Order: sequence, then structure tokens, then C-alpha cells
Amino acid sequence: MTHRSAPTTPSLRARTLGAGYPDRTVLDGLELTVSPGRVSVLIGANASGKSTLLSTLARLIPPLAGTVELDGTDIHAIPRRTLARTLGILPQHPVAPDGLTVAELVARGRYPHRGLFGRWTAADTAAVDEALAATGTAPLAERRIGALSGGQRQRAWIAMVLAQDPRILLLDEPTTFLDLSHQLEVLDLLVRLNRERGTTVVVVLHDLNLAARYADELVVMSRGAVIAQGRPADVLTPSVVSEAFGLEALIIPDPLTTTPLVVPVPGGVRASADET
Amino acid sequence: MSALVAIRSRTRARAAVTAVALAVLLAGAILLGLLLGDYRLTADEALRALLGIGSRVDVYIVTQVRLPRVALAVLCGAALGLSGSLFQSMLANPLASPDLLGISGGAGVAAVWATVVMGYTGAAVAGAAFVGGMTVAAILLGVSRRLSDGGYRLVLAGVGIAYLCSALVGYLLKRAQLNDAQSAIVWITGSLGATSWMPVGIVGLALAVCLPGLIGAARSLPILALGDPVARGLGLAPATARIAIVVTAVLLATATTAQIGPVGFVALCAPPIARALVGHGSAALAAAGLAGALILLTADLAGQYALPGLSVPVGVVTGAVGAPYLLWLLATSKGRRA
Repeated sequence: MTHRSAPTTPSLRARTLGAGYPDRTVLDGLELTVSPGRVSVLIGANASGKSTLLSTLARLIPPLAGTVELDGTDIHAIPRRTLARTLGILPQHPVAPDGLTVAELVARGRYPHRGLFGRWTAADTAAVDEALAATGTAPLAERRIGALSGGQRQRAWIAMVLAQDPRILLLDEPTTFLDLSHQLEVLDLLVRLNRERGTTVVVVLHDLNLAARYADELVVMSRGAVIAQGRPADVLTPSVVSEAFGLEALIIPDPLTTTPLVVPVPGGVRASADET
Repeated sequence: MSALVAIRSRTRARAAVTAVALAVLLAGAILLGLLLGDYRLTADEALRALLGIGSRVDVYIVTQVRLPRVALAVLCGAALGLSGSLFQSMLANPLASPDLLGISGGAGVAAVWATVVMGYTGAAVAGAAFVGGMTVAAILLGVSRRLSDGGYRLVLAGVGIAYLCSALVGYLLKRAQLNDAQSAIVWITGSLGATSWMPVGIVGLALAVCLPGLIGAARSLPILALGDPVARGLGLAPATARIAIVVTAVLLATATTAQIGPVGFVALCAPPIARALVGHGSAALAAAGLAGALILLTADLAGQYALPGLSVPVGVVTGAVGAPYLLWLLATSKGRRA
């Protein structure tokens, strides 16, 4: 990993952030400091603003109010390709064109690093090879994206953003539509990247128990605001789960990892418990 | 050597072999274009005449009659192939080409208006054609904001505009002087006849002006193909990139239309041939340009010499060959090349 130049991990911060769409405000006055060099998992009910936050942090959509700062600089004041060399994002359900192979997809991740005449360099080759190796997609390099399984395809896309070589990596629900073993495969990969490269990872997940297991830090969102942030054991309490998800739940230690395990209380059990 | 290096060198080798093969075929067609005709020349005489050596008649026939026509066919064909390739790759739709999108039609109305009503010639006509083509493109872009089906309705809107444009051309000709109308009718079919070096220079200049746009498109198209969110994440501004591509593609198509008329189907057919040859989901711009040049030049030679004693304009030939291809494309609904 000799081609990486910046050893320091930049900080990413949202200040009084407002965002959304012309007809609907999603985020309002949101404050968030992403912990550098750690794995943060964004959780929250549907429509709580997770994706909008991630898109705004990555400059996919402009904020309506407030700023997103990278090392104290407004990201909208940074040239796009310069920003893309530090900050990478894998949006939800990306679609590759027909016939594209894994190697070509991953090579496109080098776009922000190419010079004026787009010459392909040894550093580009090294970064792509490394991304293929890190994601275990090297044996698939010549396969077409369309012919891959869901888990393989997701790893190929992650390889593309890794080739981009960002110091901060944002991923929007990278495990959706994957079966459980593939979900674990993707999350293990992200944690390994974080540990080996020191990449800051921010990932949106739906499964609370996987979130608790893999997160250094949980960020809980509700109605466009961050309502809790911290270690899973500190954050995942019955009251936070109730506030964020409108869900009554028992929190017990995961027998395997001792991270919090959320056991939702079904309606029927709740009713009978009330009677006693 | 890493697997990646091997794959990349194979990909590049295939693109290079394709380009060389097309270039060789094109060189053959160019030579044929210099040799064929009522005035007989051997290959040796033709090539010497090209360098200004030989009898005055030889030199005149080669450098002032045949070469400008061949050069115009090559440049216009290349411009059409490139323009079609840009539209098709950007819209991920094999039906998207300047003729079907109505952009050539808009250029045609403006060019006829400039010739017949205003009495313009040369570069001024090309300028008017560009404005006409850009107007149609702007209308289409405005409409397409509300369309989300990846370009099929955009093509239908373009076909509608193309009909409107041919009606306008008919109206302009109706009120034109007989002389102007006569020359405009030749132009409408799409013709490379009666060529001088002037139109060659204009189309060549347009190609040169488009070069930076083409280089930019070759870099941005593969990124745009991954979808706007991914493209933004990689540091590309999709809207800006698209505008640059559209302006380039319109300039290429309209410069051609202004000089040789609305020659159909070259811009539609050349890009898929290039993509199939190059493979790997590439936009294959260079190959599309070469294929376009080869198709237009071959079509012009066929139009001139295939039927003994009868010479037909190049637009008739490309229409006769291209229309069945369009029908096949629609029938097999091989629609989406994303």
C-alpha cells in the first residue's frame, strides 16, 4: 500500500445541515461529526433521512442549509475530482452497463486520479489490483457484472470505490438484497479495510443486530436528526430503539460478541404482559 | 504481470486491431474513389497525380474532382459516425442518432432557410445549421427532463420534430426561386456531387473544433454510464458533461448536414458496428468515426458506379441500406445497449 499519500485521516463534519427535495425537507439543522478512522453505522427507520444524509455528506445532492466540512473546508468549495480522491461513496443499487466486466468497472474507479490526458499509470494498475485482491474479486476480473451473484456484484462495486482510494468511504445500504452470509461477507470486508487501511467507513444498515456487531460507533437517526451517537452498548437502549423505530424491544448481550442484541417484542406478547 | 495488465492490454489490442483494419479498408476505398470514373487512370498514375506529377488533366481530375469528393465523404462519414456514437452512448439507446432525433432536420431547415431566403453560402450556412440543430437539441433536452424511460420517448419526440422540419423545408422550397429550389432538392437527398475543396475545409474545421469535446467525451461517457450518483461520487458533474457531449455531437452532425444534406442512417449504423468490433461495453468513438467514413464513402462509390449508366445520390444508397437495419433493430427490440 505504498501509493497512498495521505497518512492522516481527514475529518468529516455536518453543521446545521438542512437537506431534502423541493417539496420535502428531510434533514433540518443536523449536526454530526464522523469519527475519523472508525466504522460508523447509520441506523434509523425508513424515511428518517439516512440516505439523504449520506448523499449530502458525499456532495451527491446540495444542502439546503448549513455546510458539510472536510477538514474544516466546505466540500462545495473543493474541486469535484479533488474531493473524490478523499471521499468515496457507493450509492444504493448502482447499475452497471451491459457487458461491462469487473476489471473495467473497477478501473473506472480511477477516474478522479487520471491526469489531463487520462494516461493510465502504474499507480492506477496497483490501486485496481489491490482493490480486486482486497475484495476477493480478482478471480472474477474478466466476468461480466451481469453474470455475477448479488454478493459478488456488490463486492465488485466496493472494489470500484476502493480503487478510487478514498480516505473516507460512505456506503448506502450495501447489504440490501443480499442473503445473510453475503451480508456478513460485505461487512467483514468493510471492517478489514478499516483496520488495514485506516479508512473511515460510514455505512447505512437496516439490521440493528448486525449494526451493533460491526459498528465502532452507531449513529441513530430519527425524523431528519441524529438522536444518539456512540458505542453500540451505550447507544442501543430500549428508549432509543423506541424513539427511533417506534418499537418495544428487549436488549440483551449477544451471546457471541457481547454487543447489544435487540429482541423486538411482538404485539401479542406485549398485550399479555400488560395483563399480568 | 497482473491479471489486470493482461486484460487491459488485450482490450487495447482489440481496439487497435479494429482501428487498423478499418483504416486499411478505408484506404482501399479512398484509392478506389480516386481510380473509378469515366476518365481512366491506373493506380500508379492516380498516386503520382496526387503528388502533382503527370499530365495536367490527370492532376486536375484527381486533385480537383475526385479527391475533394472522397475527402468530403470521409470527413462527413467520420463526423456522422462520431455524432451518432456520442448520442447513442450518452442516452444508452441504439436508436439515438442525429437523424432520428430530428437534429439533422433542424439543421436542414436552418440551412435551407439560410441558402434560399438569406442567400448565405459556405460557413454561414454551416453556422445557421448549427443553430438549427442546437435549437432542436435544446427542445429535446427540455422535454427529456420530464422523461425517465432512458430515451425511447425522446426518440419519438425527435421523429416528430424531424417530420415538422421536412414540412418546413417543403414550405421554404415552395416559396423559393426555381434555381435555388433545384439545388436545394439535390441537397435534400443528401449528395456528395459537385464538390469543391470549400465544404471539405468547413467539415474539417468542425472536426478540429470538436476534438477537445471528443477527448472529453471519451473520458466522461464510461463514467456517465455508471449512473449519475456514481458519476458524481467519482468527481464528474453529469449535467455539465452531458451538455459538452450534446454540443459536440450537434456540431458534428450539423456541419455535415449543412454541406451534404441530411444523409440518413450513417450516424445510426456506424456506432453499433464499431461497438461490436471493439467490444467490452466501450463507446468505441474512434472506430465509430472510421466506420462512418467507410460506410459513407462506400455508399457514395456504390451510388456512382454500382448501377451502370445511372448515378444516384449517396443519401439514396444509405437510406436503402439503413432502413432495413432500423426495421431489424425495432423488430428484434435489441433495444437497450446500456
